[in-house]
Amino acid sequence: MSPVGAKQQVQIKTLKIDGKDIGARGDQTILEVARENGIDIPTLCNLNGLSEVGACRLCLVEIKGSPKLFPACTTRVEEGMEVTVNSERLAEYRRVILELTFAERNHVCSVCVSNTHCELQTLAQKLGMTHVRVPYMHPQMTVDASHQRFVLDHNRCVLCTRCVRVCDEIEGAHTWDLMGRGLDARVITDLNEPWGKSESCTSCGKCVMVCPTGALFEKGASVREMSKRRAFLPYLTMMREVRR
Amino acid sequence: MNLDELRNIAREEQERHRQYKHRIHVCVAAGCLSARSDQVKIGLETELHERGLEKTCQVKGVGCMGLCAAGPLVMVDDQVMYRNVQPVLDGADVTEIVESLDSKPVERLALSTELSFFKDQRKIVLENSGNIDPERIEEYIAVGGYEALLTAVTTMSPADVVAQVTKSGLRGRGGAGFPTGLKWSTVMKAGRVGDKKYVICNADEGDPGAFMDRSVLESDPHRVLEGMAIAAYAVGADHGYIYCRAEYPLAVKRLKLAIKQAENLGLLGNNIADSRFGLKIEIRLGAGAFVCGEETALIASIEGKRGMPRPRPPYPAQEGLWGCPTLINNVETYANVAPIIRNGGEWFASIGTEKSKGTKVFALAGRVENTGLIEVPMGITLRDIIFKLGGGIPDGRKFKAVQTGGPSGGCIPEEFLDMPVDYESLNKLGTIMGSGGMIIMDETSCMVDVAKYFMDFCRSESCGKCIPCRAGTAQLHELLTKITEMRATNEDLALMQTLCEVVKNTSLCGLGQSAPNPVGTTLRYFRNEYEAHIDSHECCAGVCAPKTKAAGVSE
Repeated sequence: MSPVGAKQQVQIKTLKIDGKDIGARGDQTILEVARENGIDIPTLCNLNGLSEVGACRLCLVEIKGSPKLFPACTTRVEEGMEVTVNSERLAEYRRVILELTFAERNHVCSVCVSNTHCELQTLAQKLGMTHVRVPYMHPQMTVDASHQRFVLDHNRCVLCTRCVRVCDEIEGAHTWDLMGRGLDARVITDLNEPWGKSESCTSCGKCVMVCPTGALFEKGASVREMSKRRAFLPYLTMMREVRR
Repeated sequence: MNLDELRNIAREEQERHRQYKHRIHVCVAAGCLSARSDQVKIGLETELHERGLEKTCQVKGVGCMGLCAAGPLVMVDDQVMYRNVQPVLDGADVTEIVESLDSKPVERLALSTELSFFKDQRKIVLENSGNIDPERIEEYIAVGGYEALLTAVTTMSPADVVAQVTKSGLRGRGGAGFPTGLKWSTVMKAGRVGDKKYVICNADEGDPGAFMDRSVLESDPHRVLEGMAIAAYAVGADHGYIYCRAEYPLAVKRLKLAIKQAENLGLLGNNIADSRFGLKIEIRLGAGAFVCGEETALIASIEGKRGMPRPRPPYPAQEGLWGCPTLINNVETYANVAPIIRNGGEWFASIGTEKSKGTKVFALAGRVENTGLIEVPMGITLRDIIFKLGGGIPDGRKFKAVQTGGPSGGCIPEEFLDMPVDYESLNKLGTIMGSGGMIIMDETSCMVDVAKYFMDFCRSESCGKCIPCRAGTAQLHELLTKITEMRATNEDLALMQTLCEVVKNTSLCGLGQSAPNPVGTTLRYFRNEYEAHIDSHECCAGVCAPKTKAAGVSE
């Protein structure tokens, strides 16, 4: 926060992404700048309008001069930075991460409500994931259909925590949270009570709309029928910023 | 409280000690206590009381003496050490020890202090462990405690303090080895003058087989408080937290007592040494999550949130606890601070190697004769630690590997035992210094099984936030299980290496990034064992047995 009356100075930084010269505001992340310039960086947990958590690791990029990889969603641009978004190594890492995700729970596209509208599926196609090398884990997961209008299917959840964030940051209800560690981690409503019994849930449906897969969907949707409408999110964030 | 008053307390305490003709120290740290050293202490006290000697002989509970394998330990007049003293109230051991006070020591219990285990140590962090009563602040003051704090606050500027720490070359003892002076100066310069800052002590020691921090907290809690207070003065913090795991009830109890005692004497709290500097220290208990040893997860946990790491930068030095600049160091790092201020940075820098200064506390565990706690100068060889101080491998077995750094570290084979112990050399071998756990293994350990054990640990301790760590460690564990059950193929080995690379390079925090290390080093140095499991279905240690198809199905 700057002191009252001080003029906000916008710093301009120049950098290179995949060899392309780019100008950016100093407070922008690599991901924002890349998207502005038509360079695609794959993401799963990121969603415009929500805070960044850097959890899916798909947006990792190389920065010249460092052996480490950096998540584009949380790394701010710096003057003279040379970023590589597409390299063979990164493509392979991204594919392995996707394979791990597909093998972790029961992502069976052909019977999924979100088939053809699923971000995980789209990513797999886009990144050239033709098969899964690691064994499928086939965990026993539950489905919570206790809510009047929505269903939570743990089988399809990738733990991106978009639902947790949208509920906390935009709706202000904080119905969603996480419990458990490692493979046992899962999203819960209230203190792990059935969604339908939740006292904090306002049934606004934002969590359903931001969910990248078929883990959260509207009751009654059948295979391929659940497409998500997200236009509200940037609109809400923009309106709130204007009011501020 | 000023320096003169402090020295008065020290003098009175030394006077008190001089009254006694004999001093008997009984270890009451967790190791010996679990062997009922409290009974030994009561036994000695009753024995002395019955003989009317309680005025001339002092029985004192002290911190860890190091050789936990031989507990309960008793030390008489700083000269004679007794091992495995029978924890019975009116046992023969206790009676004999008391009877021998004015004559020759009890030979059948005596333990030579000339052993390499005692002689070859260099004690800075543990200098008071085993000598002072951890539950009395006066004893700590009598050996020069809190002098460094009062000197720093009254005669040095914060920048001077940071300069001394920088000069000392001290590096973080939590594992990664980040230069402490650099960290302090970053926090000192962070924010604007008067901004709220915090100091945090990371006492969430979670590596299997490691108990250095617990021992320091149980044996000499004031040393850690003093280090924290000096750090707080240097970086401009007025509030501190000790994040200690709840599995250490004795350490927590002694810390709480120590904080209270220090506050009563005005060594913590407001206006320390009549200056404007004050520090309030609180304890926060961890709920047994390994990942909470990672600094950003630890901070989230103190804030009352789920203990999950977040991407850095911003580093805690810029934005830490509740968004304020925060200094976070390990127990052992803080324990080194007071001696550095007391003796100067150059003195500390004269110990150790060029890039790794000072000493390091190691917890020896596993197949070694002298299990326990040692403090050695940096640069000592692993061979000296294991075979000289550690006394070698018991039962005439053959040494196979030493594991350093816990689940984040790796296994070192015989051929590298002459490498000096410092941050860089260990990194070169594919392992890390870590917090100081050292597990020694002999030929009865199967290295694939060891790798599986650590992967199982990482798998169940992963917080579940990022995909490579959550799903990758689980898949790796599955592959290792397959190998130990002799069901694996060479393709599995190749897949395992790919997964190791991905998990290491793409995980969010140190837990995932270092989780493949045990696999990486065992694969590097003991590849033949992996191949034997896969090709000829053999386990040279006899730990793993092939799993038949029928058994696999019935599972």
